[in-house]
Amino acid sequence: MAVSVNEAVSTGPVRDHPPGARRLGGRSRSILEVALLAVLAVVMLFPVLWMIETSIKENRDVYAIPAKFVDFQVTSEHFKDVFVASGGGRSALSVSFLNSVLVAGVSTVLATVLGVPAAWAYSRFAVKAKKDQLFFILSTRFMPPVVVVVPIFLMYRQVGLIDTKLGLILIYAAFNLPFTIWMMKGFVDEVPAEYEDAAMLDGYTRLQAFWRFTLPLLVPGIAATAVFALIFSWNEFVFAIFLTSSDNVRTAPPAIAGLIGGTTVDWGLVAAASVVCALPVFVFAYLVRKHLVAGVTLGAVRR
Amino acid sequence: MGTVAVHGLCKSFGKVQALDGVTLDVPDGSFFVVLGPSGAGKTTTLRAIAGLEKLDAGSVHLDGRDATGDAPAARDLAMVFQSYALYPRHTAYENIASPLRARGCSSSEIAAAVEQMSSLLHIERLLQRRPAQLSGGEMQRVALARALVRRPRAFLMDEPLTNLDLKLRVEMRTELTRIHRSFGATFVYVTNDQVEALSMADQVAVLREGKVQQVGTPTEVYERPANQWVAGFVGSPPISLLACHAEGDRLVGTEGWTLPRPRWTTAEDGRPLLLGLRAEDLSVEQRGNASLSGELYGLEPLGDRTVVDVRVGTEILKVKARPTVTGTPGERLLVTVDLDRAHLFDAGTGVSLSEAGR
Repeated sequence: MAVSVNEAVSTGPVRDHPPGARRLGGRSRSILEVALLAVLAVVMLFPVLWMIETSIKENRDVYAIPAKFVDFQVTSEHFKDVFVASGGGRSALSVSFLNSVLVAGVSTVLATVLGVPAAWAYSRFAVKAKKDQLFFILSTRFMPPVVVVVPIFLMYRQVGLIDTKLGLILIYAAFNLPFTIWMMKGFVDEVPAEYEDAAMLDGYTRLQAFWRFTLPLLVPGIAATAVFALIFSWNEFVFAIFLTSSDNVRTAPPAIAGLIGGTTVDWGLVAAASVVCALPVFVFAYLVRKHLVAGVTLGAVRR
Repeated sequence: MGTVAVHGLCKSFGKVQALDGVTLDVPDGSFFVVLGPSGAGKTTTLRAIAGLEKLDAGSVHLDGRDATGDAPAARDLAMVFQSYALYPRHTAYENIASPLRARGCSSSEIAAAVEQMSSLLHIERLLQRRPAQLSGGEMQRVALARALVRRPRAFLMDEPLTNLDLKLRVEMRTELTRIHRSFGATFVYVTNDQVEALSMADQVAVLREGKVQQVGTPTEVYERPANQWVAGFVGSPPISLLACHAEGDRLVGTEGWTLPRPRWTTAEDGRPLLLGLRAEDLSVEQRGNASLSGELYGLEPLGDRTVVDVRVGTEILKVKARPTVTGTPGERLLVTVDLDRAHLFDAGTGVSLSEAGR
């Protein structure tokens, strides 16, 4: 999200004065801007750079003092270790990544499939106590996960959802649903209801009108919303570590955290696993960045 | 067949009563105009007929059958929206074809019908464009074509000309009248423009604050307004209203003037009245014996005529005059009144008192 907002703000230089008139003031301001941005960039990007470097360093360079920034031995060993177990075959980490893909993907689809029609209904129909209902829906997101994780643990134990992927999928979908409804309601509000009215007079039913004429206009909004939901599910740590324990159910974040804490820590492996974990989020955000910017601003701006 | 009848429509949005017992009877094949200022409930009435609005009370009958609970698709109506509501991702062709697609017509039927409509409305060149690539007038034509491509029971039009510039509006007015005549179909047409109503309609229903004020032909609504409000809303320049009361064989104005009492009025002496005088029934030329004395307040030259504002006491009379009329403000003049064409309203209720004796 931070990436997209920066992009949205900095797509073009600020041109509120003619170039000649603002030359000096403009240049000194832009130098200040660049300097500030550079400091920010170093603070933000150094950990990422360090993670990437560590993931491709030979083990003896990882632990070298003073730290080696450039002249280190490059290896792909750590990445191999992420996917392949030491005795051959699939590693526990690779299983956790597959679990993450499954859990994040299914929960996002679930939240979207339920949330988009709900948002449409809240936008289009006169619902009793609509504002109160929407506030209630939003209020379920007020509490941080760690506050509700114990009761949810107890409930899950009762119904046998502890240590299952289904349990994680359900809790992530439940957490993403309010967000999806709120986000999508903004997008649906932007689409004039008259398209559906016109379609119904053309001879379509209300649902056909929504499906054929409104839904295609919502695609950018759905993409943006789904990316946020996906990123939440993909990165989620608290529920995952409390509600799952076995290697074949765990998702990547608790699995990576599990690598730290033994007598020795294989930092190369931790870094490589982190890179693999971060990569899909980067790629996905990059692919939908235009939708993301359009989506975020569209949903935010009220007419 | 294509009769539309609504009975006792009531609809409120929160605290706002949009419709308050609207009853209308639209005969088959008529050009029926619903006229009223914004907020009168015109659009809500139209949407109720279309089935887009859930009613608090009342019923909608189409061709004599109760259709109150029917889905819009089942009502066999077509509608032109004020915003046009063209599907933004579809080409003009697809927009026009949509009602036929929804009803499962074959693509050859669709192509023939779209072609016929686009030549009727002169939009053949535009068929492959999307709404964003069309001008307001072009969008309006495409929206019209989408409605006209089918032969539904009735056509509903929600201020279709409001968003056009004046020249185009006048042009489309003629065109719509022509289409109505050649189709012979029922049109229910909503507008706040009285010129549209008077020039196009077979029947006009005047709506105000969710209540029907008067239904009649354009001539009836103009010549015999049911109440003071209709008289003031229909007609340009607006009708001039003077406070007065009857006294024997005279009308005595609150501002001190007197006029002979019109033969046709039955109002009893002393009852507070409003005398309604249209600009064309007044003259600054000496033509009759009934006249009011006032002073010239201002001139509004309109090209083909000049509207002379005459101040009688504290009230302003709008008088239609030749374009060549001249004068200086403050100048005394006599305004001749055609009392046979004047209107009298009860000052309290606004109800017309002119009808009884005429």
